[in-house]
Amino acid sequence: MKQYRWLAYPYAVWMIIFIVVPLMLVLFFSVTAKAPDGSIVLTLENFKKFWEPMYINVLIRSVLLAVYSTVICLVLGYPLALILAGRDFKRKNILVMLAVIPMWMNFLLRTYSWMTLLEKNGTINAFFGTLERLAATYLNMELTLPRVNILYTETAVILGMVYNFLPFMILPIYSVVSKLDRSLIEAAQDLGGNNLVVFKRVIFPLSLPGVLSGITMVFMPAVTTFVISRLLGGAQFMLIGNLIERQFLFSNDWGFGSALSIIMLLLILLSMGFMSRYEKENSGGGLW
Amino acid sequence: MNNEIILRLVNISKAFDGTKALDNINLYIRRNEFVTLLGPSGCGKTTTLRIIGGFEEADEGDLLFEGQRINDLPAYKRKVNTVFQRYALFPHMNVFENIAFGLKIKKMDKRVIEEKVNNMLRLVNLEGFSKRSVDSLSGGQQQRVAIARALVNEPEVLLLDEPLGALDLKLRKEMQLELKKIQKSLGITFIYVTHDQEEALTMSDTIVVMNNGRIQQIGTPQDIYNEPKNAFVADFIGESNIIDGTMNEDYKVTFLGRQFDCVDKGFMPNEPVDVVVRPEDIKVRPQSEGMLVGKVISVTFKGVHYEMKIEGLNGAGYVLTVHSTLMAEEGSVVGLSIDPFDIHIMKKGLKA
Amino acid sequence: MRFLRRSYVFLVFLFLYAPIIILIVYSFNASKSRGHWTGFTLQWYRELFKDRQIMNSLYNTIAIALLASLIATIVGTAASIGIFNMKRVKREIMLNINYIPVLNPDIVTGISLMLLFSSIKLPLGFTSLLLAHVTFNIPYVVLSVMPKLKQMNKHLYEAALDLGATPFYAFKKVILPEIMPGVITGFLLALTLSFDDFVISFFTTGNGVSNLSITVESLARRGISPKLNALSTIMFVSVLLLLIIVNIRTSKDENERRPKNEKSYQGNVFVSPSSHDI
Repeated sequence: MKQYRWLAYPYAVWMIIFIVVPLMLVLFFSVTAKAPDGSIVLTLENFKKFWEPMYINVLIRSVLLAVYSTVICLVLGYPLALILAGRDFKRKNILVMLAVIPMWMNFLLRTYSWMTLLEKNGTINAFFGTLERLAATYLNMELTLPRVNILYTETAVILGMVYNFLPFMILPIYSVVSKLDRSLIEAAQDLGGNNLVVFKRVIFPLSLPGVLSGITMVFMPAVTTFVISRLLGGAQFMLIGNLIERQFLFSNDWGFGSALSIIMLLLILLSMGFMSRYEKENSGGGLW
Repeated sequence: MNNEIILRLVNISKAFDGTKALDNINLYIRRNEFVTLLGPSGCGKTTTLRIIGGFEEADEGDLLFEGQRINDLPAYKRKVNTVFQRYALFPHMNVFENIAFGLKIKKMDKRVIEEKVNNMLRLVNLEGFSKRSVDSLSGGQQQRVAIARALVNEPEVLLLDEPLGALDLKLRKEMQLELKKIQKSLGITFIYVTHDQEEALTMSDTIVVMNNGRIQQIGTPQDIYNEPKNAFVADFIGESNIIDGTMNEDYKVTFLGRQFDCVDKGFMPNEPVDVVVRPEDIKVRPQSEGMLVGKVISVTFKGVHYEMKIEGLNGAGYVLTVHSTLMAEEGSVVGLSIDPFDIHIMKKGLKA
Repeated sequence: MRFLRRSYVFLVFLFLYAPIIILIVYSFNASKSRGHWTGFTLQWYRELFKDRQIMNSLYNTIAIALLASLIATIVGTAASIGIFNMKRVKREIMLNINYIPVLNPDIVTGISLMLLFSSIKLPLGFTSLLLAHVTFNIPYVVLSVMPKLKQMNKHLYEAALDLGATPFYAFKKVILPEIMPGVITGFLLALTLSFDDFVISFFTTGNGVSNLSITVESLARRGISPKLNALSTIMFVSVLLLLIIVNIRTSKDENERRPKNEKSYQGNVFVSPSSHDI
């Protein structure tokens, strides 16, 4: 089949034009600046600018929010994946599919749905209001329920991230755990392990590859998102993604925007390298 | 078998990424001959087959088909068909479509195709399987489809690349006989690649033993078994005891501390040689009647015979493998004798 | 315990579905306010279809998605076959570059393409959007087709030649049918990615050309709109139907011919397209 090698050449050309060159451009813009006389000079100004507390704080906030959401996803998703992989349900495939379907709806509409829920006059508050009125009319009781007022706060952003990325945590863990050899668990029981021991010594260590790829798959999009913060965070909760967007669409500071992109890229590469050190060998926990 | 030569390989060499896979191969194959290329993996046998099939190009040398050079003829124009190692049946086609593939390309009439395919199915004992998907067949059945798919094109030469490698022992034996029968009845030249010496001995008219990209010996199964040309062939074909020895003079050889009569000559006086003795050619005798004395280290029952490891007591610690229908007690001391014509002398350094 | 486990599953699924269900319910609510149910209406659906902006962006989305995934499938499938047959070093290089758009944060891909288009003075609009979508789609096609090529018995092609097929005939009759499931998966993946993309489109379009995601975003930023509820309902129901159809089809295929010695194909049509749409 060697004579088919040429079939890759059109794509090779495409990759150079649309993948390699654009990244080079980002790099180029990040380390250059226009001098007053119009000439282009090499500079690290753009990266230096990032060290101002205002910008560093944005990075810290982005990482923190992503870490929070990842932890919440793990805490929520791990038990769910275990239960789904266990013997409680007969039609597991359907349940797993159900966990995935929301992901197929447009991401923006999914995020938008939380706006309608969390709004001051939103569904949740309206629901509480209805409960109060029902209590007053039928039970003759004065009920005062709290009102949620979290839209355009960090909490809303985290909530949006968890909602959008939870399936990315559930799936890899599920796919690893459901492929676990049942006889391993039985062997552990046979050797006298109680449920806790079996979990601690067998299931958990073996599920780690899935956990790791779940963490990667939640953390990466969470740290780079700029849509969730735009819709649910309002203007004040700027994440690094929003900062980048701002440089290109408002401030027109392409150099700083490019530098921020490079920093984001490094952040992603770093965390991926960090994860893969623990992954040792990818045991197929990913979605791919 | 007639004597017309159908295929000739002249000085064929081939390297992959700088490593020589074939080194100056010269070979001719007669019409209707069953030729087996035999050797360990990596010896070049499959590469040779692929060059004949047209899937690899030789770096040097000529490939002649009926006297014509066909080095540059693409695979699909050669009058040669192949049965691939793991069958390579087209999974998206059923049995009939697989077998008819080549005929459809030749744009044959539908009825002719049907007839030919059905004949083939009968030949390989798969009547009634034509609508089955190939995935639903057992290994042996897939094998038969692969053979039928190749044979239906009426090739001059059929190439078979370890075709029985994936089958279990019993099925293999059956298929060996069946293949031989098909080859005889159709009168087609078979070039068969295998690493199984027993298979080669059972089926072939001619065996080509290869190692490290070179031909070690060409001959009939009897020749190869009885008169191995070097220690490699002796060791690879059947089990052998290969012992260091010294050729004292013509017909006299010393090994294991004793001089034996033999039937070889033409060596220098006191030339060091390899002495090859088949395990079944060593006879176990009472201690007093033996030419050698040895201690039985282990005895294993092999079904037809016992395999014994016997350490020669007057040699330099050689352990001989002996096959015998008589059993000796483990730990006992026995006598061993070897007939002169069972002692094969080989020049040193031909181990290849 | 079993009850606890089941309730837990129920709660998580409630969390996943409640927002969607509420959107669906309110899309039929006569009142614009979310607090109260004031009667059933199809008014929002009528308004949705009358909305020029939304309909235009829907048209753009479909056109871009179809064109981009078609181009990506052709280029990507050809590329996979080429890459598969390359020597190791070249193959690794190609595959690694192919991975860049998959791993790269979308925002970086988006701005890098924007920089490219502005450097070559290509006005942002339909063309730039299409080029961007093709670029992020091809890698997924390659990643879907590659495993099929690897699974394929490497002698199949030779077997076809051996039986007299020309290289082109062998390609058409043997290789293509073998990798077809991967090609289709790749196409569907490209289609959904393209349909859903916001971030990359956001940076690579202009001159009033916008796709559905961009329109939704701009409407949502202006506040709640019952039209968006109606749109969500339609999108959710169509996705659901599509998934059910595809699921029935693939499970049928699976039962019809499941290669032995091969891990069962995990219906990856269902597994969403990684985190690309964020």
